[in-house]
Amino acid sequence: MSAPDLLARGVVENLWPARTQMALSLGWHIVFACFGIAFPLIVVFTEWWGHRRRDAALTELAHTWAKAMGVLFAAGAVSGTLLSFEMGILWPVLMDRFGEVFGFPFVLEGFAFFVEAIFVGVYLFGWNRLSPRAHMLSAVPMVLAGIAGAFFVVSANAWMNNPTGFRLDANGHVVDPRPVAGMFGPSTWPQFTHMWLAAFMVTGFLVASVYAVGMLRGRRDRYHRMGLLIPLTVAAITAPVQIGVGDWIAKTVATNQPAKLAAMEAQYETTAGAGLSLGGIYRDDELRYALEIPYGLSLLIHHDPDAVVPGLEEVPPDQRPPVNVVHLAYNVMVGIGVALLLLGAWFGLVWWRRRRLPTTVWFLRAVAVSGVAAVVAMEAGWTTTEVGRQPWIVYGVLRTSDAVSPAPGLGYGLLAVIAVYTVLTVFTAVVLRRLARGHDTRAPQEVERRADR
Amino acid sequence: MTLAEVVLGVAFVGLVAYALFGGADFGGGVWDLLAGGTRRGARLRARIEHSIGPVWEANHVWLIFVLVVLWTGFSGAFAAAVTTLYIPLTLAAFGMIARGAAFAYRKSVTTLGMRRFFGAAFALSSLLTPFFFGAVVGGVASGRVPPGIAAGDVVSSWVNPTSALGGTLAVLVCAYLAAVFLCADARREGETDLAEAFRARALVTAAITGAVGLAGIAVLRADAPLLYAGLTGRGLPVVALSVAAGLVAIGLLITRRYVLARLFSGLAVAAILVGWAVAQYPYMLLPGLTVEDAARSHATLVALAVALAVGGLVLLPALVFLYRLFQRAPHEPEDARDVGY
Ligand code: HDD
Ligand code: HEM
Ligand code: HEM
Repeated sequence: MSAPDLLARGVVENLWPARTQMALSLGWHIVFACFGIAFPLIVVFTEWWGHRRRDAALTELAHTWAKAMGVLFAAGAVSGTLLSFEMGILWPVLMDRFGEVFGFPFVLEGFAFFVEAIFVGVYLFGWNRLSPRAHMLSAVPMVLAGIAGAFFVVSANAWMNNPTGFRLDANGHVVDPRPVAGMFGPSTWPQFTHMWLAAFMVTGFLVASVYAVGMLRGRRDRYHRMGLLIPLTVAAITAPVQIGVGDWIAKTVATNQPAKLAAMEAQYETTAGAGLSLGGIYRDDELRYALEIPYGLSLLIHHDPDAVVPGLEEVPPDQRPPVNVVHLAYNVMVGIGVALLLLGAWFGLVWWRRRRLPTTVWFLRAVAVSGVAAVVAMEAGWTTTEVGRQPWIVYGVLRTSDAVSPAPGLGYGLLAVIAVYTVLTVFTAVVLRRLARGHDTRAPQEVERRADR
Repeated sequence: MTLAEVVLGVAFVGLVAYALFGGADFGGGVWDLLAGGTRRGARLRARIEHSIGPVWEANHVWLIFVLVVLWTGFSGAFAAAVTTLYIPLTLAAFGMIARGAAFAYRKSVTTLGMRRFFGAAFALSSLLTPFFFGAVVGGVASGRVPPGIAAGDVVSSWVNPTSALGGTLAVLVCAYLAAVFLCADARREGETDLAEAFRARALVTAAITGAVGLAGIAVLRADAPLLYAGLTGRGLPVVALSVAAGLVAIGLLITRRYVLARLFSGLAVAAILVGWAVAQYPYMLLPGLTVEDAARSHATLVALAVALAVGGLVLLPALVFLYRLFQRAPHEPEDARDVGY
């Protein structure tokens, strides 16, 4: 067999496993990355509040959360390491051809991780080595590095959606790369803002849901009430903003990636006065069984009921993304986003009128599921973004199928990753459950002090 | 020196830092593995856990740093190396997952069974991960990674005599560094008997590493002639420096001057890596791809150089702060709430 044949064979075999492996590893990592972005702020706020009011329950909450943060950070760090390998192992053509353009934000991100990891160590193990003030201050670089890290990595992804900062010569080689310009394409700011807020929603609702479960089981002491109140407040404030940003990001997609928008809406024909369709199944270029809100889409995208929205028919068939996945994922994200907004409003209203948490069981039940819902919304959002970009890995420039590694046996990597992540997920869950149950177990630094003797 | 060499040089410094600091963390895991039964090894394990706890995540980022600089500035060579060597790299990544997770999770569980399980995962993966990294270095250094995506053999690129040597030496060096680093930690905390235990381990490992290194000369001569020629030619002064520093370190260990011993041990390990770099200069991938050819556009290299300089200004003080903070005793008295387990 000639070399090109061999190469082609490897690519065909490897494409599906590589995509699945990438999606799995990213989907896993992103949950923990959310905690890396949002949790430090929540924890240090609680520490500060407890310190100021000399409130033992708050201080204890901060301690417990710091312990959980240690576990979550470790999970984020190790899964992120695998990702950095995978970028090269699975998508060498992407790195080879475009690394000089979009690799740069990853370098900056490397520094952000460094700062974050250093101050995670300082914060988690420094309780008895620093004054309370210095200890709280040590969280500041951690918070800033979390923001910076999210910005850099999302800007890399935004570049894949809307590549800028280079030119291609006749042979498709990159000439005149401008790495800094590549970081600030049209998608960068909306995507970063949306992701940053998503991190606060995921972290806020997830942490709150742990305490909602506790309260449903009858533990209604101050510790549990505050454990619910603080993160839920954060999440409830974020939720409405997130919907506004969602509108912004959808417009960005409409301008720059019309094929993705058409897939999100499962719309085949270019239509004036397009309706917004919810649910349904897309088959033979038509969306069936969907609920349609007349003029909804035109209104949302262009603020004009008669505006024209291009459909998939404008795109050659071999450049259309898989419609059902994208449409469904998009609907799930928006649906959950609205539901979480309503939950936040319920909480806000009761708090505003009565200065206390809503006490009904149904409220607690809703909070108890809100954490998982927020994670689902975020994963659905990423599915919309990534699958909606298909068949391109770099939109309009490089096809995913041309980017994959032809190395033999790559597919087994997927099986191994599935096995490793299954085990990792189980143990992460077990350890976090233990932490949630016995909040009076020792903090890491205390275990360590014990070990000193 | 060209800009490409400067940028690659900084990445190389990152690699050395990873070998020294990350390496010592791995070595700590190796000693955890060899510490003996639960009761007997308890204090040794506690000492190791205590020393690694606050710093392992930071030490680990050196690796990420090296990867991202390579894939941005030397994208083609990076793609060639990781696709040909994807098997040991994936295994090393799994090792790091098991190790990091087990280490962090172990702290948060209190039952003996769970602690044992995580402890075993931590220790075993600490042994395997450096082995795979050493095998990767062996594959690159023996010229088994041709330029081009997945152009090399995905098996023989890392299952070969030089890789076996690289892997073995990596494990030994990690274990040696950890033992030396822990001597000083243990003595500072007043655990003189533990310091003695680590000192003995350091000396034994040093002897084994030296023996393997000598045997390795024959392996390289037969299996990696270009590298061998470089090491015995242009690289010879650096190799000699490494040997000398290693001998001094042993002398300092024998006379129990642990802090200086750390310094010279680090120098010995760094010099060996520099020796490798000098030996294969100006090639990035032996036998044909030079650093200049592998480097990508000037604009990218300039951006990298600026980012590395500015980033370094932020990073180095933070690192110094971290290490100093945990190299001194806590200033607050111990917490009375603490009950044993
Ligand atoms: C808690 C999470 C969450 C919630 C409630 C929402 N989103 Fe979202 N969305 C994300 C989390 C997310 C995300 C996971 O963070 C994504 C993936 C990529 C990105 O930048 O953000 C995303 C992507 C994403 C995209 C695709 C962007 C692209 O491909 O470049 C659009 C159009 C929207 N969102 C729109 C919305 C709208 C209109 C919402 C209104 C309810 C909404 N999102 C709620
Ligand atoms: C900066 C961040 C990200 C980068 C650089 C990135 C990069 C990639 C790459 C290289 C692929 C494989 C090629 C492809 O199939 O398009 C991919 C696919 C994918 N990624 Fe992302 N990704 C990022 C963020 C995320 C996150 C956080 C998720 C979380 C769920 C995610 C979900 C997916 C999915 C579902 C696929 C598979 C799409 C498919 O081919 O069907 N991505 N991404
Ligand atoms: C291809 C995509 C990605 C790669 C290669 C990647 C790589 C990494 C690596 C190597 C780490 C560990 C750093 C350490 O050792 O401390 C990490 C952690 C982190 N990542 Fe990612 N990541 C990716 C996607 C994302 C995305 C989409 C986000 C969020 C928007 C994100 C946010 C974070 C944050 C905040 C951390 C630090 C906190 C923690 O350790 O949990 N990453 N990532």
